[in-house]
Amino acid sequence: MREVIIIGSGPAGYTAGIYTARAGLKPLLIASSVEAGGELMKTTEVENYPGFPNGLQGPELMDAFKAQAERFGTEVLLDDVIEVDLKGDVKIVKTGNGKTFEAKAVILATGAAYRELGLPKEKELSGYGISWCATCDGFFFREKTIAVVGGGDSAMEEANFLTRFASKVYLIHRRDSFKASKIMQERALNNPKIEVVWNTEVAELVGDGRLSGVKLRNTVDGSMSDLDLDGLFIAIGNDPRIWLVENQVQLTEDKFIKVEGRSSKTSLPGVFAAGDVIDPTYRQAITAAGSGCVAALDAEHYITGLQ
Amino acid sequence: MSKHVTTASFQSDVLSSSKPVLVDFWAEWCGPCRMVSPILDEISAEHGDKLTIVKVNVDEEPALAQQYGITSIPALHVFKDGQVIKQIIGAKPKPSLLADLSEFIN
Repeated sequence: MREVIIIGSGPAGYTAGIYTARAGLKPLLIASSVEAGGELMKTTEVENYPGFPNGLQGPELMDAFKAQAERFGTEVLLDDVIEVDLKGDVKIVKTGNGKTFEAKAVILATGAAYRELGLPKEKELSGYGISWCATCDGFFFREKTIAVVGGGDSAMEEANFLTRFASKVYLIHRRDSFKASKIMQERALNNPKIEVVWNTEVAELVGDGRLSGVKLRNTVDGSMSDLDLDGLFIAIGNDPRIWLVENQVQLTEDKFIKVEGRSSKTSLPGVFAAGDVIDPTYRQAITAAGSGCVAALDAEHYITGLQ
Repeated sequence: MSKHVTTASFQSDVLSSSKPVLVDFWAEWCGPCRMVSPILDEISAEHGDKLTIVKVNVDEEPALAQQYGITSIPALHVFKDGQVIKQIIGAKPKPSLLADLSEFIN
């Protein structure tokens, strides 16, 4: 049996790896097979992570996190956790490639998954004009007209990034102001290729086999309009990834994993949670990393107490 | 490592192949592409007798990407007798890919 298993490989997961490894707990970190590194793998410039005054690329930062975790003995497994049983003293974790692991403690750092618009045709047009990854797909929209939906930092970043390729980027937002940080907002508002469409939501996705446009609804007066588009990038936020554990640990009203006070303790002994999966408010790389550290220290304390 | 095909070799490597061919449209700067690549190598090693797996770098072969309407990568297109008969979009774990490709590898 292992001392501790960490599920997730974003800033929270890898930081938990660094701390538990340095505590001599030989952590197994199950990173996912195709999404290892988490959200930041799809980001370009990271300018607000302390210690890097000139900024760096998201994937570069995550490679550094991973290297630091591995340096102290974290075992990183590229596999997907598909089932857990966390109720007993021995925690059981099963993966997509058919492996079963046991541990005294588990740290859940599964992060958050992008939110869908919830409109008909969204699935069938995904990859055919609808995209969830500007850094992956922007390249295919050279000199095209596209739109980004959202009002947070990710929407601003994507819109700005996409102006490298597209001739025109509409930024569609349902309110009359953005939630994004000032600096990111200003960049978007000052970019001549970006046109903000305020107080507007996407009501319908138009296209047969390939997106050709959207129908928009004004959120103030309800009026409808058509917008022809080659591409639509959706950045309307994320939902905590809880499906693995939702029937085992207590959740908050908003469906985040519930933790006790400022700790990482979930409703089950020996089960800790960190990062975006517990955080409805801040959701930054640095807060996730801090949260991963908390979980590692809590797990270490718990394991010591078992002896 | 899967073979890299180009516009010049596409006819012989893909369209004229007697076996089904999975073409992995990818790019260096696409994180999910880099994650799915070793999984495809494994599938190729295990099922290469039934399904050939090749790669197209969309940076180097934009014409091929455009011809097949690629707007999102990784995009995995299965060709048989010169026609695209299956499309898989996005990086998926190995068990999901094996399920998606079951008609070609079982």
